[in-house]
Amino acid sequence: MTSSLTTVAYLGATILFILSLGGLSNPETSRRGNLYGIVGMTIAVLATVLGPRVTAAGIPWIVAAMVAGGAIGLYAARAVQMTQMPELVAIMHSLVGLAACLVGFASYVDTSIAFTGAEKTIHEIEIYVGILIGAVTFSGSVIAFGKLSGKIGGKPMLLPGRHWLNLIGLLVVIWYGRQFVMAPSIEAGMPPLIVMTVIALLFGIHMVMAIGGADMPVVVSMLNSYSGWAAAATGFMLSNDLLIVVGALVGSSGAILSYIMCRAMNRNFISVIAGGFGTGGGAPAAASGAQPAGEVSPVSAAETAELLRESKNVIIVPGYGMAVAQAQHTVFEITKHLREKGVNVRFGIHPVAGRMPGHMNVLLAEAKVPYDIVLEMDEINEDFPDTDVAMVIGANDIVNPAAQDDPTSPIAGMPVLEVWKAKTSIVMKRSMASGYAGVDNPLFYKDNNRMLFGDAKKMLDEVLVALKA
Amino acid sequence: MSLVIGVPKETAVGEKRVATVPEVVEKLIKLGFSVAVQSGAGEAANCGDDAYRAAGAEVVNDAAALWSKADIVFKVRAPSAEEVGLLREGGTLISFIWPAQNPELMQQLAARKATVLAIDSLPRTLSRAQKMDALTSQAGVAGYRAVIEAANAFGRFFNGQITAAGKVPPAKVFIAGAGVAGLAAIGTAAGLGAIVRANDTRAEVADQVVSLGGEFVKVDYEEEGSGGGGYAKVMSEGFQAAQRAMYAQQAKEVDIIITTALIPGKPAPRLITAEMVQSMRPGSVIVDMAAEQGGNCELTVPGEAVVRHGVTIIGYTDLVGRLSKQSSTLYATNLFRLTEELCKTKDGNIDVNMEDEAIRGLTVIKDGAITWPPPAPKQAAAAPAAAKPVAAAPAAKGHGHGASEPMAGSTLAIISVVAAGLFWLIGAYAPASFLGHFTVFVLACFVGYMVIWNVTPSLHTPLMSVTNAISSIIAIGALVQIAPPIEAGAAGRPDELIRWMAVVGIGLTCINMFGGFAVTRRMLAMFRK
Repeated sequence: MTSSLTTVAYLGATILFILSLGGLSNPETSRRGNLYGIVGMTIAVLATVLGPRVTAAGIPWIVAAMVAGGAIGLYAARAVQMTQMPELVAIMHSLVGLAACLVGFASYVDTSIAFTGAEKTIHEIEIYVGILIGAVTFSGSVIAFGKLSGKIGGKPMLLPGRHWLNLIGLLVVIWYGRQFVMAPSIEAGMPPLIVMTVIALLFGIHMVMAIGGADMPVVVSMLNSYSGWAAAATGFMLSNDLLIVVGALVGSSGAILSYIMCRAMNRNFISVIAGGFGTGGGAPAAASGAQPAGEVSPVSAAETAELLRESKNVIIVPGYGMAVAQAQHTVFEITKHLREKGVNVRFGIHPVAGRMPGHMNVLLAEAKVPYDIVLEMDEINEDFPDTDVAMVIGANDIVNPAAQDDPTSPIAGMPVLEVWKAKTSIVMKRSMASGYAGVDNPLFYKDNNRMLFGDAKKMLDEVLVALKA
Repeated sequence: MSLVIGVPKETAVGEKRVATVPEVVEKLIKLGFSVAVQSGAGEAANCGDDAYRAAGAEVVNDAAALWSKADIVFKVRAPSAEEVGLLREGGTLISFIWPAQNPELMQQLAARKATVLAIDSLPRTLSRAQKMDALTSQAGVAGYRAVIEAANAFGRFFNGQITAAGKVPPAKVFIAGAGVAGLAAIGTAAGLGAIVRANDTRAEVADQVVSLGGEFVKVDYEEEGSGGGGYAKVMSEGFQAAQRAMYAQQAKEVDIIITTALIPGKPAPRLITAEMVQSMRPGSVIVDMAAEQGGNCELTVPGEAVVRHGVTIIGYTDLVGRLSKQSSTLYATNLFRLTEELCKTKDGNIDVNMEDEAIRGLTVIKDGAITWPPPAPKQAAAAPAAAKPVAAAPAAKGHGHGASEPMAGSTLAIISVVAAGLFWLIGAYAPASFLGHFTVFVLACFVGYMVIWNVTPSLHTPLMSVTNAISSIIAIGALVQIAPPIEAGAAGRPDELIRWMAVVGIGLTCINMFGGFAVTRRMLAMFRK
């Protein structure tokens, strides 16, 4: 295959990738979108392997590596529970980051491509930046994986003067970058490169450690963005347009996704990119703010079933609690039963419900809930006043009226699902503990609110039995 | 100090209802009120004095004593002039009033410095007010009873049967007007097994008719008959002609006609003429639920059942009272819900909050001042929007519109200047080969930006997993390093080291590549309509 043919194949792959992302914009075309992605990737890999830059000597190595990697990947994809999806995505990001580092180092020690003058400087900057982003992505994703899977606590870890630490880190990185570019030989350039890599790894850890559990959806999509930039930087260092284009696509899409998430939570996008945002600043204010007081009215599963049976309009608001309890199938059974009885059951999904953007949608889809009754917050919020029962399953912060009423609340200004406007709201929770943002929820004390305490799965099973009785 | 709610015996002739029932008395007492009931008030509704006593109410023998004792009076019918005289000065009265039809009564009540809540003046379009809507609850009872009366007068089965004694065709019922009463009648008649047809000038109720098991009969004429507030309006001449033709046709076909057509403040429309009655089969039945307002049928005699041309025409005006236990219970619950709204503190005191749209509509006299009619009800959509402008603003900037969303002018200017500066720097110093890549990079960023704004939030997870899979394109980087064609003179290349790093890189990205696409596929397969 000649170099021109390879270029044309790359062009085709690029178009397929763009179509793939475009296809995912709606559920009808999404499956085809994924197929476009697979075809694009196949073309890109084949064109490279058969192209002029790979000699026959490398083929066995490539095949061996691909078979091993592919087998692990396919196994992981098959074995993962839908509730563990965020962890899987996070750990996969880390692989991209690590690969970017390896490619960067390999490219640096590779003497077969020689540059001179400005080109050499730019090439070295590209390597430096590529490894930097790759390392941050790698360590950040590993920490995110740990937090999402519960191996590391969800509370934000805030070092004193963390912004200064980050700034010093950045200055050191820039200083060593200068040293690296000025280095006369590869041996002389290596120490700055390694120091920078270590700092970047530490920065990635520090950044994600400082983020509270409630903000994890933003982090996951931000790391997604970083992995794209890492690929783009690699593309620059290898002068490969396909890598640049695809990396930029992924990078910008991840950035926009994080931006959408941030807006949904009323957080500043810049402070997310810089890292170390989260719940830290607001917590003391909450303590001094008015604590909601009053009595909560608990209900039993049988009473919940009674309420549901007598209503015409029901909105179910799922949260992370539903994911943890694996209750989505029972939720669907209840939905199916009520819909057969003529009750209009719909789902209200907050943009940041769960631990990953769109997490709830995936779980509900897994339980075969038809997606046209699963609505976004903006679509459904104005329907709450006409709703008889709003059932909140394991969600807390996203239904907290303090976000609208209490300006001192750490989540003030965050758009929330206005479940308290329904005639009755039922909150399913394990206990009265506060949510990830650590804020008490005045909803629980409202007159028209009922609490159904217990494990979501167990209680919903009881509700279902009572409904069918 | 808690207030006393007084429930007198209804004085209107033939009124069998009572304004509260023992079950509700208990709830009122829980709200902090004391309840006094006139002896014999609930007798016609099967609620004896003992039952009231058992529920915690005080039973008072004499009407005058009860009225003077009560701070708040619950009644069904509007009070007579005599009863107004008994009302305590500055007291509160909750009952049907019909202020438009009873201007003198309004003056008398105002003279007593009373506060009067007319349950018939409730703003019915307010969904929050539905629990207090006595018109609806009573109309539902009437609609049910109308069918029962019709079945009673009708000489045949309602449901079709095939028996050893022969085949019985099902009765055909036509219901004119699909308001609350009409819908209740449709449901009841369909439940008895009849074939039910219904018509209404408001086209939007067709679905409701069908949902209750009826068939909606259209008038062959285009005009929308909604008159605001959920009521019908007077229709044009052309429409009425078409409607008459349709009724005439139905009269020939059906066995039973139930008419419920009412237009607020006007005599009931004449829908069924004498000729139509004549055209009906002997033994047919007409129940005219609008008899009190003059009747929808020309031959109706209000308050009586008469036979004309072999057709029984029922014009009872007390259909609700004929189901006095049921209607009293529902009415009592409506009043209890209203009391709950008035007494949010649950301490047995009431607060007539004129800021509350529902209560504002209900209150026709406040402390002797006539407050009827209320200001025009706010548009339902405008109310929540006005209440939360802060929340509405960010909500308006929903997903999917960002690309077209105009940026603040100053921000845009700053971004432009910074971008221009960066581009100048790059253009001035970077070599041509870099610029080619740079162009591609910037354009790709924009393509990504444009493509992603259209993604629905429900697909964010699959999108992330597919972009993650796509980012394993970095494998290309490792692939080209593994065994490039070595040019002469590039000696000293650490082949072994690079190869191993590349192999590890390929392996890692392949986990990502295969796993990412496979998991996306798995997820997307689950999304279904």
